[in-house]
Amino acid sequence: MAQAARKKTQGRGLLLQALALLIVVLILGLIIHNTVLNLEARGIASGFGFLSQPAGFDLAFHLLPYDETTTFGQLFIIALLNTLLVSAIGVVFASLLGLLVALARLSQNPLIRLLGTIYVETLRNIPLLLQLFFWYFAVLRNLPGPRESLEFFGVVYLNNRGLSIPFPMEPAAAFYIALALILGLIVGHYLRQAAVKKRVEAGRFPAWHLLPYAIPVIFPLLTLLLLGQRWQISWPELQGFNFSGGLQLIPEFVSLVAALSLYTAAFVAEIVRAGILSVQKGQMEASEALGLTRLDTMRLVILPQALRVILPPLTSQYLNLVKNSSLAAAIAFPDLVLVFSGTAINITGQAVEIMAMVMMVYLLLSLSISAAMNRYQSKTLHYLGQRS
Amino acid sequence: MAWTRFAKKSPLQLVITGVLLALLIYWAWPVFDWLFFKAQFTGTDRSACTGEGACWLFVRARFDQFIFGFYEPSERWRPILVAILWILGFIPVRLARFPARKALIPFLLVVLPVSSWFILRGGFWGLPSVETSRWGGLMLTLLISAIGISLSLPLGILLALGRRSELPLLRWITVAFIELWRGVPLITVLFMASVMLPFFLPPGVEFDKLLRCLVGVVLFTSAYMAEVVRAGLQAVPKGQHEAAAALGFGYWQSMGLVVLPQALRQVIPGIVNTFISLFKDTSLVLIIGMFDLLGMVQAASTDPEWMGYAMEGYVFAGFVFWLFCFSMSRTSLRLEKRLEQAR
Repeated sequence: MAQAARKKTQGRGLLLQALALLIVVLILGLIIHNTVLNLEARGIASGFGFLSQPAGFDLAFHLLPYDETTTFGQLFIIALLNTLLVSAIGVVFASLLGLLVALARLSQNPLIRLLGTIYVETLRNIPLLLQLFFWYFAVLRNLPGPRESLEFFGVVYLNNRGLSIPFPMEPAAAFYIALALILGLIVGHYLRQAAVKKRVEAGRFPAWHLLPYAIPVIFPLLTLLLLGQRWQISWPELQGFNFSGGLQLIPEFVSLVAALSLYTAAFVAEIVRAGILSVQKGQMEASEALGLTRLDTMRLVILPQALRVILPPLTSQYLNLVKNSSLAAAIAFPDLVLVFSGTAINITGQAVEIMAMVMMVYLLLSLSISAAMNRYQSKTLHYLGQRS
Repeated sequence: MAWTRFAKKSPLQLVITGVLLALLIYWAWPVFDWLFFKAQFTGTDRSACTGEGACWLFVRARFDQFIFGFYEPSERWRPILVAILWILGFIPVRLARFPARKALIPFLLVVLPVSSWFILRGGFWGLPSVETSRWGGLMLTLLISAIGISLSLPLGILLALGRRSELPLLRWITVAFIELWRGVPLITVLFMASVMLPFFLPPGVEFDKLLRCLVGVVLFTSAYMAEVVRAGLQAVPKGQHEAAAALGFGYWQSMGLVVLPQALRQVIPGIVNTFISLFKDTSLVLIIGMFDLLGMVQAASTDPEWMGYAMEGYVFAGFVFWLFCFSMSRTSLRLEKRLEQAR
């Protein structure tokens, strides 16, 4: 009896799956069939041959050299780099600001708490695109010209042409120093682990236990010395009608980064706050009873446990930020979507290939960010004895 | 009371509060000055705006367009009628004791969206037709969100069930579908709807631009909805499935009568959050050349007649969006509290 019933459901399951497959294949087939027909009717040759043709239009912002001979293939990389740059800077700013706002909302001072609440409730309830327009059209475009720039400590200038910041004469020098800093942080991390291990074995820290904290400072300083003459900061200076020297960031870039980070920070703040609140009060009291300082309580007891709650939603927020960077298209910052889904489609007409490329990039980015964060998360869970 | 306790407990905090308050007033005062005290509220055209404050005349002059877009003024009773229908349709949902609540579901999901479309579009029974390209403003924002919400919820539920299904092929198809939509930005989906969808249709078949955009929005939102519903399904204890099986329920009976009602109740906050994101994301349609509320404001502020008043436009649009989103999130909080009590 039971076996017959199971057989019946199995049969029905197979039938249902066959039906689903048939529908999917049919829809895909129909789409491909129609697309081929339409492309033929319009005389558009399909394929990725256009990638080796010169693009021949101007870009307002690019990290790699760019001229009339640059092909669509190279342009793809350049536009992708712009998207990645904006996303990376946005993630850093959003995380820092989000943490700050979260701490403000947890503060014992009611006024600070209120300010945190106003920040969160205002920024997350207004569309990002509106905020982007606000920063770009209402704020940055309406700033005074270079001669009446807003000045911050005499080194950073903000005007309607964008933001001028001090920057190394040779951009390569900045790259080496950033590299040294990252290297220093990695080496410091492993040294710190070694020191902790020594302490577990010998009962106390080795004499060099402060070294891990010094290395991230020493490495960049050493690089500075090694670079010698090549290391020279160029300061923005007003010359004639505009600034020369330093690094000039265009208004589109500044407003995009500002809008993305300010908006995402509101969400990050709520995630961090919920994470910290999720740690039981007894944990705080217990670590206080053990005589840990407030900082150590936060660092060793509260945060590791909070991270378990924080990481999954934080991952989605980072993903959202990367995807939202595509709003750049609305203020004409040349990111992947504007340059490819916009201009390149208009020039080449290769809509199908280009949309597929752009969507694949975002899909791959999304999948790799979730994979990286999942790895990090399973590692932290591992340390916590996999309680989840 | 709380304040005096706070002051006694920590005098340093009181000093910090004082300094902060002073700074805040110093910075916020000019903002209020601009918004209200020095602002211009009366007059007919921009020549009345001479002060240093905001020029709200801009918003007043264009208010009708911000709400209805380019919808013919003589036909604006139609969007108003549709709005009233939606409000009337959703009142019973809020009334816990309304007798035929279940019967309302097909009405809300099918009859209401379809009939709204026809009322707004016109072209029958002597109703003059209004092209969808003329629809705009807050009306378009609300329309896209409402239809997006109505259709993405059932589709999302089906996808979530597919993802939790024991049939591997069905599971893979739905997983691929969900991850595909969740992995790409909405802008590219809209670009696809406006640029690529015509390629997918048989040659010669024309498809309304607004409908194309709605297809994109619904598919995109349903993928997010599916993940919310999946979380709810996971939260339903296994015993409930077994109990339903013991009662002799088949798959659809057990899902529809036992599991889904519990699952959906668990994730109401998540569903409302998806609504809120959809409502905000509606503004992206301006990138493919449609004029929702933000699109209308943007267009009006680049109009030579009102050049230089972009700030007022954004403040107004921001306030309207904020009002809707904030009240939705408060509603969700209230529901969450009520459900917690009920448990």
